[in-house]
Amino acid sequence: MDKDQIGVRTKQEQRRLLWLQIKQNKEAYLMMLPFMLVFLIFTVIPVIMSLPIGLTDFDMVKYPPTWVGLSNFYNLFLNDSIFIKAIRVTLVFAVFTGPLSYFLSFMLAWLINELNQTLKVIFTLIFYAPSLASGVYAVWQLIFSGDSYGIANSTLMNLGITTNAIQWLTDSKYILTVVIIVQLWVSMGAGFLAMRAGFQNIDKSQYEAGAIEGIKNRWQELIYITIPGMGPSLMFAAVMQIVSAFTADIVARNLVGFPSTDYAAHTIMTHAFDYGWVRYEMGYASAICMVLFIAMYFCNKLISKLLGKYMD
Amino acid sequence: MASAKAAAGSAAKDPRKLKASNRRAGRKIGGSIAIFLFLTILGLFMVLPIWLMIVNSIKPVNEMFIFPPKWYTLNPTLDNFKDTYRVLGQMWVPFSRYVFNSVFVTVAVTLLQVVFASMAAFCLAKIKFPGNKIINAIIVLALLYNSNVIYLMQYMVMAELNMINRMSALILPSVASTMGLFLMRQSMTTVPDAMIEAAKVDGANLFTICWRIVIPNQKPALMTTAIFAFQGAWNITGGSVVYDESLKTLPTVIQQAASAGISRQGVTMAAAVILFVPPVLFFILAQSQVMETMAHSGIKD
Repeated sequence: MDKDQIGVRTKQEQRRLLWLQIKQNKEAYLMMLPFMLVFLIFTVIPVIMSLPIGLTDFDMVKYPPTWVGLSNFYNLFLNDSIFIKAIRVTLVFAVFTGPLSYFLSFMLAWLINELNQTLKVIFTLIFYAPSLASGVYAVWQLIFSGDSYGIANSTLMNLGITTNAIQWLTDSKYILTVVIIVQLWVSMGAGFLAMRAGFQNIDKSQYEAGAIEGIKNRWQELIYITIPGMGPSLMFAAVMQIVSAFTADIVARNLVGFPSTDYAAHTIMTHAFDYGWVRYEMGYASAICMVLFIAMYFCNKLISKLLGKYMD
Repeated sequence: MASAKAAAGSAAKDPRKLKASNRRAGRKIGGSIAIFLFLTILGLFMVLPIWLMIVNSIKPVNEMFIFPPKWYTLNPTLDNFKDTYRVLGQMWVPFSRYVFNSVFVTVAVTLLQVVFASMAAFCLAKIKFPGNKIINAIIVLALLYNSNVIYLMQYMVMAELNMINRMSALILPSVASTMGLFLMRQSMTTVPDAMIEAAKVDGANLFTICWRIVIPNQKPALMTTAIFAFQGAWNITGGSVVYDESLKTLPTVIQQAASAGISRQGVTMAAAVILFVPPVLFFILAQSQVMETMAHSGIKD
């Protein structure tokens, strides 16, 4: 045996060791089985089946789909001016709703945590209620209605700020702003609640210890005890925020209609919806989703780097 | 120091006292009032649309279209709810059947999702086994992956399994929630390894450790997962996988009833309120559970 081979396991030994580890952990595999089985059947297999669709021309009628290689991606970036516009809208959207919403969720979750128990539940409900109200777009339509019966218009007219009703939902000057406001309103969702749970999960004795060791105020407590203690929740909230900021299109479609005037609220996701469910060009729609997925993946990588030390 | 000890002494008798008196350093009453006022102002912005939804659902028709629109109603009425019920009552499947379907689907999905996700999350967060890292990476990728075609593929898989137009088509696809799993996993990483090792030494198997020791300490994350699960399950419409009228859920038919445009605005609002109430009740229930546990927890490193 070579000198440098000493202490290095042979392939056979490695395999035997792996098999041993698997056998030792059979309880763990058994416990994961129910989830993994359902996950495999209803998520993994469909995802794997859907991957090649982006490389085809598939209208859901002609079967099998025609293979077109990378031409969907080529058309997307070079021939589709609406897609380029959608990238811009998505970025504006993501910048405003992503970090802003994340910061706001964190701040609110923290401030709520400073109150007493009853107020905690009440305020958590108040800030989470928008996410619970699935049918609430009708109300926002009422608020931003284009005639003088709309709440926004009638308030502005009563105060004498404007004399004419503003077409909030059809004037391309206002559409994106209105959609961003409503998106911010509904986006206090998964991330916020996870952060609340993160705050609730911090061991109370740590605060007592901190007080004895000379923590003087809320800020110090937040920075030295709370944030290090809830890193994993912060990471979860970040991932959820990326997902909701990049894939937002339901608010826009429900509020300003589809397509919106001048494509003012046309996000990448709306574009995918357009090709997927209106024109039935599934190949092209899949290519759009693929581009979005890659963008989200890199955004996630970046944020994992930033929050890296908090990732378990 | 002395006061801290005194407070700790009284806290030993009543664990709740601990939170109120001694728990935190440097609390000024002014700061607390400022926080309360700030949250109230922002909270008003959050609840206004919901307030409007509730008010409009009890407005009589003649108040609905007056100018300027009002934030309150002088003659509250349940007409809109009665109208909604009447519209739904005309369908040839009894209303109670939709309610039953929705409740059944919601309970099944919530329970299965929470149980499956908890067990898988525990293993992924705390047990080192071959494949752990890969599965964790796949979960995050699945969270980020969002394709318009995946529903189509799901349908094909369900057709292959002979699930179309069965209750299981409403329930099973929602059971494995990567979001719930990821949330639980993230939360469980904060559980100290020493706790699990100690239980192992005592001869407990993984299943017992998971349900008796780890999960009871994870109520905030567990209840949050349950809230997400309930909310998602309550909104399951079934869309294309179920076509028998007797298998449809409440949201499906309520949306049908409310989709007649501006003339049915009252019904639309009433429908929105009806769909809004159960998740809110569940939310309050779950949150109060969390409160209770946090009052007497503290078994950690």
